[in-house]
This record gives sequence, C-alpha cells and structure tokens, in this order.
Amino acid sequence: MKKFHEGLDASYTCGKPIRGKNMDCIQCQSLLHGYLDQELDVASAMAIDQHLENCAACKTALEQQSTLRSSIRQYAQYHVAPAELVDRIRARVDSAAIGAITRKKPRWQWLQAGQWLKLGTAIAATAVVTWTAALQLNTPSPDEGIAEQVIAGHARSVLTGHIADVATSDKHTVKPWLSGKLDFSPPVTDLTAAGFPLIGGRLDYLDKRPVAALVYRRNQHLINLFVWPDPKSAHTMPTQSLPKQGYHILHWRDAGMTFWAISDLDESELQAFAESYASAQRPRANYGERP
Amino acid sequence: MTSSLMRQARFQDVVLRHLDAAYNLARWLTRNDDDAQDIAQEACLRAFKFFDGFHGDDARAWLLAIVRNTYFTWLKTRRSRAQDESFEEEIHGLGDSSTTVTDCASYGNPEVLLMQQAGKQIINSALERLPVESREIIVLRELEDLSYKEIASILQVPIGTVMSRLARARKLLREQLQQMNAESQT
Repeated sequence: MKKFHEGLDASYTCGKPIRGKNMDCIQCQSLLHGYLDQELDVASAMAIDQHLENCAACKTALEQQSTLRSSIRQYAQYHVAPAELVDRIRARVDSAAIGAITRKKPRWQWLQAGQWLKLGTAIAATAVVTWTAALQLNTPSPDEGIAEQVIAGHARSVLTGHIADVATSDKHTVKPWLSGKLDFSPPVTDLTAAGFPLIGGRLDYLDKRPVAALVYRRNQHLINLFVWPDPKSAHTMPTQSLPKQGYHILHWRDAGMTFWAISDLDESELQAFAESYASAQRPRANYGERP
Repeated sequence: MTSSLMRQARFQDVVLRHLDAAYNLARWLTRNDDDAQDIAQEACLRAFKFFDGFHGDDARAWLLAIVRNTYFTWLKTRRSRAQDESFEEEIHGLGDSSTTVTDCASYGNPEVLLMQQAGKQIINSALERLPVESREIIVLRELEDLSYKEIASILQVPIGTVMSRLARARKLLREQLQQMNAESQT
C-alpha cells in the first residue's frame, strides 16, 4: 500500500472511513491521474465516479489536476524541427544509405560515370515505384519520364556535392561557359534581388541529351533549374508535378525552351522562384492569370 | 542495391515523419536548440542503422526511445568531461526562452495566474525548471499525447510507475508554479 501514497496531498482527504467495498480517498487519489488521463479500467473508473459523487475534497482535487493539465496542453511549447535540421538529417541518411550500397566508406568520388548512371536510375526507379504506388497514376506520360530523371539529376547533384561546374553568380560568366559546351544558349539570370541567388551552372544529361542546370539557392535549399531547347515552343504556365520524397517540381515551356525546376523548398516558394525567373526573362511580359 | 534504397525510402516515410516529435523531445530534454539538433540527428542516424530491427507499428514511440537513450548517453559523456559546468546548467537551465514574468496583474492561485497572457511564458519556464525525469514524462504525456502503455515502453518501466511518476511530475510542476508566483511577488 505504501506506493499509493506517492503524489497524495494529505489536505484533500475527506476523512470518511473505509466502508466495505467503497473506495476511500487514499485509493481515489492514488488513481486520480489514471482517471484523469482515461487510462483506468472500467471497474476502477466507475468506483472513482461513485466516490466523487460523495466526496467534495476529491472532486476539488480532480478539478485542480484537470485545470493544470489543460493549462499545460494549452501553453506548453511544442518545438518543431528546424528546416536545416530536416535537410541535414535527410542528407546524412541518404549518404549513409549510399555508403551501405557501395559497401565502402561513404566517399563517392571513386564511382565512375557508368556506376553513377546506374545509381541515378536506381534512385529514380525508387522514386517512381513509391510515387506510383502512393498515387496510383494510371496513364504515364512522357513528362513523367522526364520528371523521374529530374529527380535523379537533382538528387545526384545534392548527394555528391557536385553542384556546379562553373560556380559563380555572374551570369556573364555562366551563360557563355554553358553555351560553349552545349549546342544552345540557355537563358541565365541572377535572382539575388528576389531572394534566389544564382550559385552556378552545370552540365547535365536529361531526355537523352545534354542540358543546362542552373543552380539557385534559397536559404539552405538548392534549386536545380534544368533547361534545354524544345521544339514545342508554345508558352505554358508552370505546372506542378506531384511532390515526392520531399521534392517539389515545376515545369513550363517558354520561348523555345523547356524548364524543369526542382527543390525541396515548399510549393509556394518554388512557385515564387518560377515567377521571379519568368519575369526576369521578360520583364514587360503580360502573363495574364497567375496561379 | 535497389532494396537498400527501398529501405531508405521506407525509413523516410515511416520514421522521419516523426522528426518533429524527436526534435521536440530532444529540445525539452536539453533545453537548448543546438544540443537538441545534435541529439535528434544522432538519434535518427542510429534509428536508420537499427531500422531492420524495427518490426512494430509504432515508429514514433520507437524513435522517441532512441532519442531519449541518445540524450542520456550524451549527458554521461558531458558529465564526465565537465562535471561542474553541466551541473550548473542542469540547475539553472539553458535556453533562449526568457523566464521572467513581467506584467502579471493577478497574484492569485496558480489556476487564475495561468489564465493571464503570460500563461505561456510561465508554463514553459516552470517546465524547464523541473528535473529531467519529471519534464520528460509531462512532455510525453501532454505534448505527445502518448498512452501510459507507450510511455511505459519508452521509459522501460511498468505502467503503474508511469502513473505514479506522472502524478509526482504534476505535483512538482504545481509547486514550481507556486514558487514562481511567490518569486514574482518579491
């Protein structure tokens, strides 16, 4: 019986003697917290109900506990994980997984191009499998095939740290560098003023051709903007592919190019990026409806 | 190779969705953001390492148990390195939340006081001042809404102990509030 006295406040006994099988205050108060948290078995809860009907002291004790509990629930701070922590943990888990795949220390540099292609495909395959299973897509379109590759390209750049071949926010350096390596001239703009600084450019390979990857940053998040020429040059508004594995993707066409933006930024921020980019390209353009 | 990536994807879905809970517990245990981030990160990596051993359906309780264990291991390491320093920190509490109660008009009993605007400040300060054993069980019960059974599995104690420990924690919190109330009157 000794342990029941823990937490008991002696001033709250109602002084009633123990009577047969009725619960007394000591027993009641020992179970009060369980009663309050609805964790008691039915028989005990009913016994407490009965006791409370006749005992003002225990009733008061219950009310006080209830008030305290409500205040805690109302006022205590629930701390959500900061964004940079989420990113960091995801990256560490990813590299731990890759380390497990290669069965060596998690150093990726020794992987050759051929192995990267397989790894990229495996990552994309996983993304597609889980994406498809989760969303039950019925009719795959060519765009979805490209979206897979966009995810793989983005994941690869983030995981390997190979983010830029030419790392500068000076568009007058990035644009000619990329144009020199590709068979087209990608539109490059620095969007620092809008909060999306350009951090560089990179060659990548998507849709069976070399493409430009323009890399932007927003706080701790990277945005990869893949660009390449597209004969279907009609302008389209940014459409959203469904988010997967924490990435959001926007896709649009404009002025003979196709654009794919991917980041783990949230939707509204990525949308803001797309708008900033578009208006920087054609500052006086009338885009009509904006999402 | 694909199965390893599938495992990773499954881990992301099943465990990392509880990252807020992990950070929240770590934050209440350590009482500052930097240490909480370290603990949460370490715990997640351990969870990933031991993910194959997780066969249950409650990833949150499983992850929180790992967070807790990580915290106590970390504490032991710190204590052995700088005994006095961490003891002081334990007593006075770290953290960016201000603990001063400034404009409280009513100095009635704790219940009335709590209804003032400073209620939030008061409750959080009082909780921070509790010994870690009491603090953690209140966080698990009131912030995470875990059942006695889940708490019992996290703390590795019988369910009866959960109830009595919670009773004691609530009592200490009430006393802390009364003490702070008294302090604010001087």
